Parts: sequence; structure tokens; C-alpha cells
Amino acid sequence: MVPRLLTGSVLVVFLVFFVLPVLWLVLAATKTDQQLVHGNPLSIGSWHAFKANWDALTAFQDNTIMQWLGNSTLYAVISLVITLCVTIPAGYALAMTEFRGRHSLLVATLVVMLMPTATLVVPLFLEVNAVRLIGSMWSIILPYSFYPFGVYLTYIYFSTAVPKDLLAAARIDGCSELGVFRHIALPLATPVIALVGFFSFVANWTNYFLPYVMLPESDQMPIQVGVGSLLSNVPSFNPAVGTTAIERPQLALATLLAITPVLVVFLFAQRFLVSGMLAGATKE
Amino acid sequence: MTLTRSSAGSTTRRSRGGSRQSRAGVAFVAGYVVLLIAFGILPTGYAVYFAFTDAGGTFSGFSNFITTAQDFRFMDAVGHVALYLLFWLVSLVVFVVGLSLLLHRISSGTVSKSLRFFYYIPGALAGAASVLVWLFMLDPSVSPVSSLLGTLGFHTFGEVIAPGNLALLFTIIAFWTGAGGWIVVMYGALNNIPKDVMEAARIDGANAWQTAWRVQIPMLRKWIVYMVILAFAAGAQLFVEPQLLSLASVGVAGRDYSLNQLTYDFAFQMNNINGAAAVSVELLVVSVSVAGVFVARSGFFDAD
Repeated sequence: MVPRLLTGSVLVVFLVFFVLPVLWLVLAATKTDQQLVHGNPLSIGSWHAFKANWDALTAFQDNTIMQWLGNSTLYAVISLVITLCVTIPAGYALAMTEFRGRHSLLVATLVVMLMPTATLVVPLFLEVNAVRLIGSMWSIILPYSFYPFGVYLTYIYFSTAVPKDLLAAARIDGCSELGVFRHIALPLATPVIALVGFFSFVANWTNYFLPYVMLPESDQMPIQVGVGSLLSNVPSFNPAVGTTAIERPQLALATLLAITPVLVVFLFAQRFLVSGMLAGATKE
Repeated sequence: MTLTRSSAGSTTRRSRGGSRQSRAGVAFVAGYVVLLIAFGILPTGYAVYFAFTDAGGTFSGFSNFITTAQDFRFMDAVGHVALYLLFWLVSLVVFVVGLSLLLHRISSGTVSKSLRFFYYIPGALAGAASVLVWLFMLDPSVSPVSSLLGTLGFHTFGEVIAPGNLALLFTIIAFWTGAGGWIVVMYGALNNIPKDVMEAARIDGANAWQTAWRVQIPMLRKWIVYMVILAFAAGAQLFVEPQLLSLASVGVAGRDYSLNQLTYDFAFQMNNINGAAAVSVELLVVSVSVAGVFVARSGFFDAD
């Protein structure tokens, strides 16, 4: 009985740890700064205060928050499309076909996958600068589209979950290589497409360092960099701010807006995640 | 473990459709290869080139490495990142494995599933959002746990984010955001342990603790290694957390806490691109070699 009680309390303590900050954040957006400081931390504010926060946030620099959200969506969606178009065929070819250089490509993918991307930010800046693309959205969309982890996932998925004989049968029936991919492999690949799509979308949406360096102008910033710059306009965190101040509940609201797309995508992708992660990851 | 078990069987067929297949394979990977060269190999080469040359483009040996290492902030940054990595990796291994084992013992599927979902939610707040949330959590004037902070002796935001606490605070933030996803993975891996193995352990009279320690954890080894590698690579590039904190800390936390902040500073504040490249190369070498050691010893990524 005692171990069960202990197990239960450990799990509950962690539940509070993981959920309380999210709950607080949601509630904070409905309060005034006064209520935030003096009221019960887990009380609900008012619709009126929420509306006031919304108005203040959207009024900040002429609705720049919506621009940032739009930028993030644009960058994340375009790179997602490129990632999927490039990654799925590559993982498929590595797993299911033979060609020269296949092994080296596989090794290169593993190495690059383990390379921390942030250490390449400065070299990427130099490279993009050399072709004069700094400040263009392609300076982050193209690097985002390069997603070796996705190739690796797809590779494992095809080499474990799809029998090669199936493809061979289609070839004997006269299917072209493209046809085999389109009609046999692609329909079977739905879980791994969802998985790669989800991971790459989240990775791109939440990236901070690369756009911070590549897109310094305020009207080009994605939401992540945007909320960072909002932060420096909150007087309680940064007393040097002048008249264009943002209050803490408005910052909380901005944070909520920044995470909503990821939450939505997560809810849709959820049923693929566990099955896909395991189908792709284990061999038996 | 070999990943392409069936490749031997296809050798006979290769002779007939071989060249057609080979051409198709090349076409399928072409787009990826272009991106790999442009955004993987080329920048790496660029970094190495800049690290070993001076501002004029002449070969300068290790002088960029020496200059940056002698920078008064460099060793501090190395120490900060090392301490953070230690906290972060230990907490990840201990708590993720521990919680997954506990969750796996819950008999009610619904309870276990909901808990995993709730643990995962902060995963959506990766990046700047998680840092912002924790700025609030750590500010005693608005935090829902301000009494807890008070008990620990912290009464102002400045006290909480004192430089000595930062490694721990970044660990909490990273764990809060990242642990849930790994718990889902570990839980799945625990599910994949064959029933007969668990059954055998039970018949042999193993209690929960012995089963976990002697059967389940050894069978999770590859997953734990995989988690440590990816967490190490991610942790070594600490940037957004200290950067945002420095914006919000009234100058308590500097802009030179982590190595990547230092790279940024070299490149964009001090106009020392070559120094920045040298630090980047060092980070790359360390990350890739640590990963390499793990990979070699665990056999996780046996490609063919």
C-alpha cells in the first residue's frame, strides 16, 4: 500500500509541475497587471480585462503581433512543404533502392543529424550573406527545409515497416519506379509523413536563433523572435522601457498566441505520434 | 542490429531492374542531396575555413582558437554549459526513466494515457514561449508558487536569477519542455518489451524494483543512449534561454552566458567572424565526437 501511495504522489507532483505553469499562463491573459500581482494566482480574471489585453497587444506597434504570426505561418508552412517533398522520397530511396553512394549518403545523414544546428548559424549567415539573401524569407525557409532527422525517420520506417517484396511485385506488374513510389510506398507512408511533418513544423515554428540572426527587421520576425522583443518592452522585466510599454498579462497573451498553432497541430497529429514513433523506431 | 535485413534477398533481382532502380534512387534523393550540400556540408566547410584563416583570408593556424580561448568570457561560458549539461542530462535520465516506469505500472489505461498527455503539453511551448512562462514562474511578485520561492529564501526576481542559479533554472525550463516527449517514447519502448520476458521475471519472484533494474532498464538502454545524444547536442547549443533572460533580468544575467551567445557576440558585436567560426567548430567537434562515442558503443545507428 505504501509504495502505491508513493508512486501516486510522485506522479501527481510531476503533474502539477508540468500543468500548473500552463494553467497559470492561460489565466494570466484574462487579468489586469494589478490582479496578476495581488489576486489569487489561480483565479480567473474577467472578459473585460482579456479584451483590454487583446486591444493593447494588437495596438502595440500597429498590430505587429499578427504580422509576426503571419510570418511564422508562412515560413513554417513553406518549409514544411519543401521538407516533405524532399525528405520522404529520399528516405524511401535510401531504404528501398540500390544506387551508388547510398551508403555514404546514409552515413552523412547520420553525422549531420547529430550536428547541433545552432553551431552552424554563424556559417549559415556567412553563406547566405555571400549570396545576398540576408533579410529574405528564403534565408530561413531553405535551411529549415533541410531536415536530416526526417530522412532518417523515413529511412527506418520504410526499411522496417514495408516489405521490399511488395515493391518487387509491383515492378513485375509493370509499374514504373515513380509509380511504385506513388501508388505503393506513399499510401503506406502516412504515419511517417505525419511524424516528419509534425516534428519539422514544431522545430521550425519554435526556432529562435536562426531567424534572430537572418531576419533582424521587426516586420520580418517570426513570432518567437517577436515575443522576445516584446519582452524587452515589459517594464517589470526591463525598467528602461519608455512609453510603448507592454504589461505582463499582454505578454502572457502573446505567449499563448505563439503556442496555439503547435497545440492545434499536436492535437491533430497525436494519434499518429505514438504509433508512428514506434513503428519507425523499433525493428521487431 | 542491421537495418536492411532483406537486402540480401534483393541481390538476384538487382541484375535485371538494377540500373533502372539505381537511376530512380538517385532521382529520389537528388533534392535532399542539394539541401545537404547547401545547408549541411557547405556551412561546415565554411566554418572550418573561417576558423583557420584571418580577416584577410590568409591561413592563420590555430590563432583564432587561441584568441577566443583567451577571451576572459570563454572559460566561464564553457563552465556554464558543462554544468548545465550535467544537470540536464542527469535529470533527464533519472526522471524520464523513473516516471516512465511508474506510469507503466499503472493498471488503468485511461489514467496512464491522460498523465502522459498532460506531461507532454509543455512540449508545445518549446523555444521562446517556455522561457517567458518561466520568467513568470520565477518572479516572486506574480508566481503561483511565490510562497515556495519565499521558503527557499528568494523574495525578488533578481535573487532567483542570480548567476549561480542559472544552470539549475535552465535545466528546469528544458526539462519542463522536453521531458514529456521522451516519456512518451520510453513508455512505448517499455510496451515493446516482450510479455514472456516480464512474465519470466515475475515467476522468478522479482519484485517491481528488481524487474525495473535488471530487466526493463537494460532493455531501454538504446533508447536512453539515443535520448542522451540528442539532449547533449541540443543542450550544448544553449542560446534562447540565456538570451531572453538577459533581456529580462535588469542586467543580472549577461549576454555571454553560453558558448553560442559568445559566438553571436564575436560575430555580430565584435565583428570577429573568424573567432566566431572557431568557437562554432569547437562546439561541432565536441558534439559530434561525444555523439560518435555513444553511437559506436551502443550500436544504435548501425547503418547497414
